[in-house]
Amino acid sequence: MSRAALVWTRRRRALAGYARAFAGNRGGMAGLAVLALIGLAALTAPLFVDDAALSHTGAEGGRFQPPGLDHPLGTDAFGRSVLDLVVWGARISLTVGFLAAFASVALGTLIGVVAGHYGGWPGNVLMRVTDWFAVLPALVMAVALAAVMSRSTLTIIIAIGVTAWPTTARVVRAQTLAVEARPFIERARALGGGHAHVMLRHVLPNVMPVVLAQTTLLVAEAILMEATLAFLGLGDAGTISWGGIIEEARNAGAVSSGIWWYMIPPGVAIAVVALSFTMCGRALEGVLNPRQRERP
Amino acid sequence: MKQSTPAGATGERPAPATADAGGRYLEVDDLSVSYRTAGGEIPAVRGVSFGLEPGRKLGVAGESGCGKSTVALALLRLLPRSARTSGSVLLDGEDVLAMRWGRLRAVRWSGASIVFQGAMHALNPVQRVGGQIAEPLLVHGRADPAQARGQAAELLEQVGLPAWRARSYPHELSGGQRQRAMIAMALACRPQLIVADEPTTALDVMIQAQILRLIDELVAGLDISMLMISHDLSVLAETCDRLAVMYAGRIVEEGPAEEVFAAARHPYGAALSAAFPRVGDPASRRAPRGLPGDPPDPAELPSGCAFHPRCPEAQERCSRVDPLLWPAGADRSAACVRVLTPEQERAAGVPPADEGGGADRGHTAEPDPDGAAPAQARPHPQEWS
Amino acid sequence: MDTPSGAGRPAAGPTARRGRPGLHPAVRYLGGRVLTAVVSLLAVMVTSFFLFRVLPGDPVAALTQGRSVSVDQLEAMRRDFGLDQPLPQQFVDYCLGMMTLDFGMSYQYRVPVSELIAERLGPTLLLAGTGTVIAAVLGLVLGTRSGWRRGSLMDRVDTGIALTLWSVPSFWLGLLLIVLLASGAGLFPTSGMSSPGVEGTFAVALDVAHHMVLPVATMVAVVYAQYMMIMRSSVLDEMGADYLTTARAKGLRDAVVLRRHAVPNALLPTVTLIFLNLGRVVSGVILIETVFAWPGLGSLFYSGLRVPDLPIVQALFVVFAGSVIIMNLLADLVYPLLDPRVRT
Repeated sequence: MSRAALVWTRRRRALAGYARAFAGNRGGMAGLAVLALIGLAALTAPLFVDDAALSHTGAEGGRFQPPGLDHPLGTDAFGRSVLDLVVWGARISLTVGFLAAFASVALGTLIGVVAGHYGGWPGNVLMRVTDWFAVLPALVMAVALAAVMSRSTLTIIIAIGVTAWPTTARVVRAQTLAVEARPFIERARALGGGHAHVMLRHVLPNVMPVVLAQTTLLVAEAILMEATLAFLGLGDAGTISWGGIIEEARNAGAVSSGIWWYMIPPGVAIAVVALSFTMCGRALEGVLNPRQRERP
Repeated sequence: MKQSTPAGATGERPAPATADAGGRYLEVDDLSVSYRTAGGEIPAVRGVSFGLEPGRKLGVAGESGCGKSTVALALLRLLPRSARTSGSVLLDGEDVLAMRWGRLRAVRWSGASIVFQGAMHALNPVQRVGGQIAEPLLVHGRADPAQARGQAAELLEQVGLPAWRARSYPHELSGGQRQRAMIAMALACRPQLIVADEPTTALDVMIQAQILRLIDELVAGLDISMLMISHDLSVLAETCDRLAVMYAGRIVEEGPAEEVFAAARHPYGAALSAAFPRVGDPASRRAPRGLPGDPPDPAELPSGCAFHPRCPEAQERCSRVDPLLWPAGADRSAACVRVLTPEQERAAGVPPADEGGGADRGHTAEPDPDGAAPAQARPHPQEWS
Repeated sequence: MDTPSGAGRPAAGPTARRGRPGLHPAVRYLGGRVLTAVVSLLAVMVTSFFLFRVLPGDPVAALTQGRSVSVDQLEAMRRDFGLDQPLPQQFVDYCLGMMTLDFGMSYQYRVPVSELIAERLGPTLLLAGTGTVIAAVLGLVLGTRSGWRRGSLMDRVDTGIALTLWSVPSFWLGLLLIVLLASGAGLFPTSGMSSPGVEGTFAVALDVAHHMVLPVATMVAVVYAQYMMIMRSSVLDEMGADYLTTARAKGLRDAVVLRRHAVPNALLPTVTLIFLNLGRVVSGVILIETVFAWPGLGSLFYSGLRVPDLPIVQALFVVFAGSVIIMNLLADLVYPLLDPRVRT
């Protein structure tokens, strides 16, 4: 067997082991199932929701109809089906959640690996910057960023990405230090591996499991943050997102006039998705990082 | 089935000069402990029996992982929930393992106290030393808070620390001072038995000697029994009356401390005493030092004698015979086939030591996985007296 | 926001103790912490300045996007903010202003921002303080229980509830409570901090307390989970400690072992982390005050954001970030009082 094939077999066996351990975690599996369902609904939404039903003028329902046979979750101020809105909102919420989480994890991983690898004063300075960002109230920072940039989904992604990375950077730095203390790194160095080689070929693959778990946990946070920014009116007014629906409901007086069907579904959707990602993330953390297993 | 030492293997030792069974303060009989893990039950202690008369000192020696600390914790039922214990631990005639919780709490520290290894971690880092020494006095209702404070100060002075140290936190003490504080704490309720689990490990040699002398004086002065646990046979030989050597969860050798240290009958005991030579002992310099390999994984014990893969004197039959503590001279015993005379071997059902027994090997060379095949070598008690 | 996983543990105090000879370690420790806080505060001020001025090119244009504003108004705004000055001059003015707590005039209220902040600080402290204290006590008690009995039914139920509440958006939970208990059932007022026409100290206090129930409940619900999970993992960290075996060997009851030995040790890292995670309290304040129209800094921030009112947003950015930095400094200063190992 060739070396590459050997490595491949070993990786595949490790993956199978992880998958088994994950399957044994009931919370993680439940989260995964819910996410698969919601993901499917979001992907296929254009097949059963047409654009007209989502526009302010084209919807055929009456204003603020309570849930009924036509509209299982009732209608909003423009006669749009709340169910359609929530299903459609999943597209934006999930997209923003994923992209923002990836952006911040990528940034955090970069900073964490570099800080851990170089150490010394450059690492120290990087960690000081990280500490500073970690202390800043993320919402205030994100609000400030979103307020000064143009109103768009990209702005929201950037605002979340720029504020959520410090946790990842810390975790990755700790993991990098642990990996670099192992003997094979010294061997790689002795064989003439440069900084880039060590970081990309040795540290990064070993840090990936932690990063994966971290990403999953961050998606939950990013979705909550997106909803929050949209609720504060910083989202793109042209798109439908869960936070935006809640804001519209509030502005339309749903709270005082008790139009609960307009307000409850998007919030439940946010909570369910965030909880599912959190459960998956915790399960992943337990599987990939056995030392932390049994820890929250 | 792993056979445990039969109940009287040491209890009915053939030299009852000191061993008046009724006079023993501590009587451990067939104690076994296993830990439940995801991979099944893992035995840590496999049928250990010993006794301790008032005022006497027994040393338990062995490498880390041989189960000696598990024995210490089992004496007061301090093992984690995942541990399963069987056998009996009679403390002043009462079985600790069968006690109700309230009675057990009352017996803890007042009937027997423990000097833990590494006093750095065994003391609460955020409480003052004096408070920690006084705590058992208050818990057992031996003193009111003011009296307890006074007694803690007295105890500190008794172990050679100034009374004002009561106001210190553990991290403000040196390793030796912490160990002294730990000893003061163990003495607080005037127990009849002190278990010292590696009391001098992690201390440097000078401090080690001081602590040992302190323990010696206190135990002699207060007429306390002591069970001292250490990996260092020379320390135990110096301090204790009798010695028990443990390997893979069992006692493999037992006898008067000096004799076991000077001339162990079990090859493991011999290796252990060679590893810690006494200063100025020319004989020990020639003895083989160090032992190849590591102690066996308790989850996968070798067949036959658990020591045979590392044993410098292993015979072919050692992989089949699971030896018990057999008499090995006056007042001594060892779990090794080599201590038996041919007559005793026959009586115990041990296969003969002659090599090349081809026919014999035919049915016993491959031991049954569940250990049924190895000869169940039971000694006949009447034969060894 | 931080995950409830409690990742990112603080570099707890003792590291600062390895010091040069000459200075007392305690002085060095305190000095280092204070210096770090001052540098962080300066960085916040600089960030605030550049964020709102340099990033979008023209802050006035950025802040008025999508609204019809006359050229005169734009000019007036520029003058008001001193934007007609060269940048370095602006920066110097801004820093001098910050030093004297002069944050400029509010655009919408036409009063100095510092006055607005002074007026609104009390309600916010009342709400955030009450909420944080209740959440901390609840979180510590539940976290201790869960950690001590890890894997039990109670642990799983408590953890499940905490994670669920952590996943719920705080503003939505607040709205839900209003729909269910205030505008629906009429048990509580829907907004504000007091009703008109209430007289007498006791009656006023009762009225304010009545107004506080829902906002505080929302705050506690979204914040306590984090404290609970941190305490739970701290207790788990202490579970295997040798001194607990010593305590049991002494004959202490399990509950006493927990209370007298495990909890004091587990509290140390938790306290630091609670202070480190105050950012979540700040976001809670902003959203909950907005939802309940609580007359505090959070709703001021929201109103500043809607107009938009640059001096308010900028000043509150500094106030919010600065308060978290100062609370962190406080945690660093309090920690040695709790942990004798750092005190020395």
